[in-house]
This record gives sequence, structure tokens and C-alpha cells, in this order.
Amino acid sequence: MSANSARDVVLGKIRAALKDVPQSEKPDGAAVERSYLTTADAPRSELVRQFIERVEEYRAKVKTTSPDGLARVIAESCAENGLRSLVVPAGLPEGWAPADLTLLHEPGLTIDQLERADGALTACAVGIAQTGTVVLDAGPGQGRRAVTLLPDHHLCVIFEDQIVCLVPEAIARLHDVANRPDRPITFISGPSATSDIELNRVEGVHGPRKLEVIVVASA
Amino acid sequence: MSRHAPTTRAELMSRDVEPLPTHAPAQPFPEAARISLADVQLRRNMGKVTTTIRAKRAKAVAELPDWEDLREAGRAIKDQTLRHLDHYLIQLEQAVTKAGGKVHWAADATEANRIITELVKAHATNEVVKIKSLTTDELGLNEALHEIGVEAFETDLAELIIQLAGERSSHILVPAIHKNRAEIRALFRRQLADTENLTDEPKALAGAARAHLRKKFLSAKVAVSGANFGVAETGSICIVESEGNGRMCLTLPRVLISVMGIEKVIPSWRDLEVYLQLLPRSSTAERMNPYTSIWTGASAPGDGPEEFHLVLLDNGRTKVLADSFGRQALQCIRCSACLNVCPVYERTGGHAYNSVYPGPIGAILTPQLVGVHNAGSLPYASSLCGACYDACPVKIHIPQVLVHLRGKVVEHKRDSLSGRLAPESLAMKTLGRVFTSPRRFERFQRLGRLGQRLKVHNGMIESLPGQLGGWTAVRDVYPVAPETFREWWRRRESGSTSTPSSREGQS
Repeated sequence: MSANSARDVVLGKIRAALKDVPQSEKPDGAAVERSYLTTADAPRSELVRQFIERVEEYRAKVKTTSPDGLARVIAESCAENGLRSLVVPAGLPEGWAPADLTLLHEPGLTIDQLERADGALTACAVGIAQTGTVVLDAGPGQGRRAVTLLPDHHLCVIFEDQIVCLVPEAIARLHDVANRPDRPITFISGPSATSDIELNRVEGVHGPRKLEVIVVASA
Repeated sequence: MSRHAPTTRAELMSRDVEPLPTHAPAQPFPEAARISLADVQLRRNMGKVTTTIRAKRAKAVAELPDWEDLREAGRAIKDQTLRHLDHYLIQLEQAVTKAGGKVHWAADATEANRIITELVKAHATNEVVKIKSLTTDELGLNEALHEIGVEAFETDLAELIIQLAGERSSHILVPAIHKNRAEIRALFRRQLADTENLTDEPKALAGAARAHLRKKFLSAKVAVSGANFGVAETGSICIVESEGNGRMCLTLPRVLISVMGIEKVIPSWRDLEVYLQLLPRSSTAERMNPYTSIWTGASAPGDGPEEFHLVLLDNGRTKVLADSFGRQALQCIRCSACLNVCPVYERTGGHAYNSVYPGPIGAILTPQLVGVHNAGSLPYASSLCGACYDACPVKIHIPQVLVHLRGKVVEHKRDSLSGRLAPESLAMKTLGRVFTSPRRFERFQRLGRLGQRLKVHNGMIESLPGQLGGWTAVRDVYPVAPETFREWWRRRESGSTSTPSSREGQS
């Protein structure tokens, strides 16, 4: 069967199957009632507290700092974890990455170089308090997807004003990049994990085995 | 394909059984269930995991004050989408194409396998990495690839486990749920290199899988995946996972082929806000699964596959769509909550359903996909307790659809000569005649009262003779009353004072 005819066959079968739908009924997303929560008016401090608590529940490490203390906290984390080489994506603000480490600058690293790097330091697009999630959308300082996948340690910096309470609030913020092939989106909730053995959650499969989130207070 | 119906657990679990009973009637559920029920270890494993996950899910769901509103929205969006499925699929096709992806349509499994194998051949590789996908299981894709000399490597931990064991999946989310850690350890030590000192700690087992698959991820040229959602508005495809094997497959190979059932399309970007809340809490009972990947078309240079193919698959789905009541089965987001709460599934495990879609959702999906003539026992694989409906995040009324399909099974039987002459059919026809005339009905009651004399014990009939015995195999039947209401009424009118017990002896 040629490519076109398969398309015609499937669409034809769908239309035949939907004979009970009146011709006058048109596709309309507004017909769906959305009575679930789409905004929350929790104070920022509460939001940040919940975000930290829930990221930690998935055994990711969380640190808090002020904008001035950020570089110091990043350096401490690298030292604590024995990271000697760090992948730095394009667009990461000057001064974040500790100068005494081997910094591997993107773009241009090979998969092999990424694989051998000890860790990666990135910014993110948005954080979700309700679920303890950070979202990357390939924006400045976030790098391509392999950067936060191959190195075994992911250090992710988030500013308090990037944290929203609910999933719908995060989805709304991501709408503008959703149709762009150059802006793939990744939701990250804790380090790589599996529940495949007796439905017990175990951290550390194929993605980074360590996730560390640094929350920066808004100035 | 297996030549005879399985008689042992090993045969029942074997990949020789068709993924869907498309070509011939499946082994009836009660027969297959009996084989599973004899496996004590299986019952212990299943009881343990379903109890654990049920408690966790209840907690994850209770945390959201708007859970019922989310369920209703999840149902309504899918219902709207299905009612205008052609419109949204065309919109999706346009958006994916605009973003540099290529869209293929496949009416059935053969066609889909042909498209995929040709794409793989065109890239001159003899291995592909795979993200766990029920849709490709349904196609028997791994076997089709094997026939052209291409090996498919399953990268999800549970899929890897059953692939190494040569078994079929028994759960839509956790395919190896029937195996406990000791069994998995034994399997890995037999099949994987450098595992002499492997313990049965889940962490160690996951580590062994990581080491085993790492090189494959780095060298594979082609990846094959399913899809959780396809957004018509933006052309974005969404995959929800835990381990990072999905991210590996979506990021490192040069070519990505995603197979998506036509019912997985959702109209707008915004709709993800509903399903990304419903799915994780219903499946692994987490607030959010570790990784969710969303991409649109072919990737930008250096950040993922330069070539992206989306295969839109029918394979029986339009048959489900044509039944305006049974259609709701297509709302399913494959969370597996219905399996975990089902008292039947908990005891028999997934293999007894003889389909890649086991459990309550499988019992309504499989017969509709392949026709009740090939899976007619599945609508009866339920006690109709309704737990599945309560757990379903998109409110599929599974018990009602089961009853609806039982009707279809009976209709189908009536349509064939052997069915018309079957004892059940003849008995129903006789009863039909009896019930349509009061006089015949009363004569039948009197006959019954005579016939039941030796059968009534302690006021109940415990076994009926002959073919009727099937009915009493699992339940007792009330005998015909010594005096019916109508008899009593007539007696009252005629002024007779004798009591029925003086006229009819009761044993």
C-alpha cells in the first residue's frame, strides 16, 4: 500500500467510525471544563519551602544561597563531591563556574568528552514546587540535553522567582518554546530512578546518579 | 506462534504467544488463569507489589485537592479528541512536518513493521535501541527487526529483564512485575557479563543494567520509541519515564522513530498540564516521574536526532472508535492503576490475559481491537467490583464496558450455527419463551417445584443437573418458592385457607 493510501485508509476508517458525531459539532477545546487548580496564591517563602522539601524527598540535594554567595556554594559543592571537570553550557553567567576546575566549554564537546566529565553545571527554565521538579528548555546556560544526561553529577541553579507552585503554571510558562525544534524540554524530578524491581523506587540508573539543586534567593 | 495452547507457566510466559490474538482465538482466560494460579511464587510476588503500590497511589492522589476535577478534565479532553480524531491527527501531522519531522501512517501491524524496518535498513545498521513501548510490543516489532537481521535492545530495566528471560510482559508499566529480586539476580548472573558478585539489592541490579547498556546508548544510530502524548497544536511529542534510558535514546542516536497509536493525540499544549499530573500519580504513585522529555520535530544540530519519524498507527483502533460506547477504552493513558487495584489481576498476573494489554483495561481493549471472536473470554475476566473505574485517572467506565462487551460476545455466538445450537443458547431461547407467557411461566414453576424435591438442602439448591451445573459450580440457587405471590393472591381471592406447606412438602 502506498504511503498516501495508508493515510486515506486510516482517515477514512476514522470518519466512518465517527458517524454518531453530529456534523454540526465542531472541534472545540473550550468545551472542556477546567475546574482544576491553575494558579495558587501561596506566598513566595512558602513556595520555596515546599520546592526544597519536595526536591529533597526524591533524594536530590538542595542548597540555598544569596546571589552573592552563589559562586562560593557552587565551588563548595564541587569540592564536596570531588568533581574535577565540569561541563559549562553556552550562556552560563560569568563567574558561576569555579575557576580552579577543568572547565569543559560547550558547544563543541564530543559525546565521549561529556561521558568522561565528572559533572555539569546548568541554569534552568522553571521549577515546580508541588512536584519538586526543575524544567530545562535548552535556553541560555542550560545546554543541549546530553549535557545534563551523560555526566554523573548534575548541578542545577534556580532563582526563587523561577519557581511556580503548580504544574499548570509551569506548562503556561513553557508555551512559547513548545513548538520550537531547537528548544526541547526536559522535566527533571530527582536523580535517575527505577521502580521496576518489586515497585520499589531505586535511585541511579542511566541518567545522572546525583542531582543537586542550588536555590538562589531573589535580590 | 505457538502451535498448541500453553499448558505450563513457562509456555504461558513465552514470547511465542502472539502479542494480540489477531490471527486465532486466544486460549480462554479461565484456562490460562488456572496455569498462573498454580504458581505459588507468582501469587506471592503479585500480592506483595500490588499491595505496596495501592497504598502509595492512594497517598499520592489524596495529596491533590483537585484530583476529581483533573480526572474529569482528563476524561473530557480525550472524549473531545476522539470525537474529532481526524481533525487533530491532520493538525498534528502538519505541525510535525513543519518542524522537520516526517509522518507515516500505518493501517495495521504489517504496514507499521514494513515502514520501520525499511527506515532501519536505509541507515545500514544492525542494531537499534528501544524505549519501552507497548505499541511496538503490539506490533511484534522486535521479531520483525530480527527477521531482517537487526537486533533490538530493550533499554528499560523491566523490558531488559523479560527480554533476557525470553518472556512476555505481564504488566503495562512494570513488565517484569511477576519476578522478584532473587529471580532477577539469577537471570542477570546467567546472562550478563561481570556479574559473579551481584547481590539481589535493587540498587545493585539497576547498576548491572546501567553497565550493560551504556555502550549501546553511545554507539546506536537508530532509536525506536512509543509516545505518551502528541500535541496537535505544537507538534510536540512527550515521553514520560524514570530511568533516563528514554533520554539516552531520544538524545544520542542520529535517527529517532516514534510509533504512536492514533488515540494518543491531544489537542493543545495546555492539555499536558492535566495529564502530567494524572499519569505519574496513577502509575508509579509519584508526584512526578524522574524524567519527562518533550520535543518538536527534528532536533537542532548537536542536540538530538537530526531525523525524526512519527508513525501513526491504527491496528484495530478505528474498530474501537466505531463503537460509540466502547470507544472510551481509547481514552487510556496506560498508567496501569486499574491493574494494581484489580482483585482478578492481582491473583492471576498478566500472562493469563494473553495480550500485551492485560488487566481490566486489557479486558475491554483487546476484544475490541481484535474482535470478540478472538478474545471472547476476556469481558468475563472480572468480578465487576468497580475498583478499576474508581482508580482510572481518565474515568473509563471499565465495568460498564465489560458488560457491554459481554452482550457483544453473546450476540456473536448467536450469529453462528454452532452458537445457536449450543446448550446455553437453547436454554436461553426456552427461557425466553417461558417468560413471555404467564401461563407457560406458571407451568414451568410447577414443574420446577416437582423436579427440585430431591435437590433442595437447607433451603438452597447447591447443584443443578447436566449443562445447568455450570451455573451452580460457583453459587447456590434459590428453589422455586412453595407458593408464589400470584398463587397466594389467587388463593386469597378464592377464600381458601390451606397453607402451602400443607399442600407442598418442603425438604
